[in-house]
Amino acid sequence: AMDLFGDLRRMNKRQLYYQVLNFAMIVSSALMIWKGLIVITGSESPIVVVLSGSMEPAFHRGDLLFLTNFHDDPIRAGEIVVFKVEGRDIPIVHRVMKIHEKENGNIKFLTKGDNNEVDDRGLYKEGQNWLEKKDVVGRARGFLPYVGMVTIIMNDYPKFKYALLAVMGAYVLLKRES
Amino acid sequence: LRRNVEDFTGPRERSDLAFVTFDITADILNEKSGLRTFCNKILMLIFNIFDWNVKQLFLYLSAEYSTKNNALNQVVLWDKIILRGDNPRLFLKDMKSKYFFFDDGNGLKGNRNVTLTLSWNVVPNAGLLPLVTGSGHMSVPFPDTYETTKSY
Repeated sequence: AMDLFGDLRRMNKRQLYYQVLNFAMIVSSALMIWKGLIVITGSESPIVVVLSGSMEPAFHRGDLLFLTNFHDDPIRAGEIVVFKVEGRDIPIVHRVMKIHEKENGNIKFLTKGDNNEVDDRGLYKEGQNWLEKKDVVGRARGFLPYVGMVTIIMNDYPKFKYALLAVMGAYVLLKRES
Repeated sequence: LRRNVEDFTGPRERSDLAFVTFDITADILNEKSGLRTFCNKILMLIFNIFDWNVKQLFLYLSAEYSTKNNALNQVVLWDKIILRGDNPRLFLKDMKSKYFFFDDGNGLKGNRNVTLTLSWNVVPNAGLLPLVTGSGHMSVPFPDTYETTKSY
């Protein structure tokens, strides 16, 4: 540990700037990859974490879902969609139970969680009986179990999030290219 | 068997409500069409749908039809979750539909072209989530009149 601080003192300004730039490059690359995913999948949130047990036993809290939201992808009964109720920020992952689609492509549909007894009408906005394409964040195409637990822990225990960020920041800033 | 009743769960107008009874015999171990689709996607020789990466199958029976109001309607009538290890041979007789078969309007009366298909969603331990439709389907023609006396 003493070596680390010795290193810090011996670093001159140029090296410090180099380390900071390195760090900034890593952050920018990560952001670019995320934005790229948004563009490729057409979804504003191509990777979501399952927050509730309403789709058990298929998905459990903490599982990760990969979404696509191609404009020409029709919504069909049986598909698993991630949607947001107007005015609320929480994405909900449920299955499409009913669709009624007009000739011009306008569609209204009803969803229900596999583990729920009743459909989602109680979750929709007051007076709203159907979901529309605009409410859809994406269609679930792939899934990884457990991986999203990290996000849930970081949300529930913010101190853990700060500690993790501090450790990552310290590692990147102090790592010396040999 | 069909009635026209007030749909209290939906918009407050009268819509067609249908009651369907059905028998399902499905031998999932040997469902050929599911097997082929799976093979095409994973390029592996699998002997049945329940391979090492399948955690569960979400099976559902849906009715698809067209009406004056809507060009395409799909309603899930019944579903079942089959977990790895469950008996893969289904023999369900005289099942009642699990969910109310409401139409958006009055399009079921006299509708000759209501098709019931069995489909399933493969949920892996990790990976892609395919939706497969079974190769068989059956048409249910609906009568031209409403049922007023029989109770369900």
